[in-house]
Amino acid sequence: MTKRRLEPLLWLAFSGGGVVSAVFLPVLVLLFGLAIPLGWVQPDYGHLHAVLSFWLTRLVALGLLVLMLFHWAHRFRYTLHDGLQLKWLEAPLAVLCYGGAVVGSIAALLIVVML
Amino acid sequence: MKKRTYFVFVLRELSSVFVGWSAVFLMVMLVAVGRGEAAYQRFLNWASSPVVVIVNVVALAFLVLHTVTWFALTPQAMEIRLGGRRVPRVKMVNVAGRSVPAATVVRVGGRRVPSGMVIASQYAGLIVVSAFIVWLVLR
Repeated sequence: MTKRRLEPLLWLAFSGGGVVSAVFLPVLVLLFGLAIPLGWVQPDYGHLHAVLSFWLTRLVALGLLVLMLFHWAHRFRYTLHDGLQLKWLEAPLAVLCYGGAVVGSIAALLIVVML
Repeated sequence: MKKRTYFVFVLRELSSVFVGWSAVFLMVMLVAVGRGEAAYQRFLNWASSPVVVIVNVVALAFLVLHTVTWFALTPQAMEIRLGGRRVPRVKMVNVAGRSVPAATVVRVGGRRVPSGMVIASQYAGLIVVSAFIVWLVLR
């Protein structure tokens, strides 16, 4: 019963996460994962802090992070389940993946609240 | 040909791992920025270490693969009707051997929008969002 009610929600989060990852992640990883750490561009800390701690940025960041985490959880669960033929581990895999996404989402909430 | 398709399918499925990594990486960055300039500097030192740079280069490649494959699948996986009632329809599509619910067709005024247009509009969205983020961070 719970499974039947949760399943469409998980597919929705998977799709939403797929869309936002496709649109937002390439530029974010290029910028924060490569361009800024490698010094190709050097935004000033005060400006970066101001942009990231703006309430709208925090709200958007939280939404994106939660969707991305559930996208990972749902897809990775199926990758392990179908890809590695770990069908006999169905329950623990689901707990591990969705549990990880829930923990990550709580962490994301705390991070954007304290930013 | 079949082997190559399967290889791309496996890579595409693995992209979720890098979506997860990116979420965690961005959270680490947010924590550092929130803690102050010294913590941000430590984050930059960590993020510019060879291992993290290599992981992010690989991640970026997988994210681009995710974007391309996701955009290509959207016309098959969504039903949007413009200029008419949106009719929710649960249909199953076969995506790389797995049956996936909620297939859709994009229609404007009852006419089906060519999937090429759907794909092109997604790339337009990607460019607008990317340009906006770069402007916001670097202005």
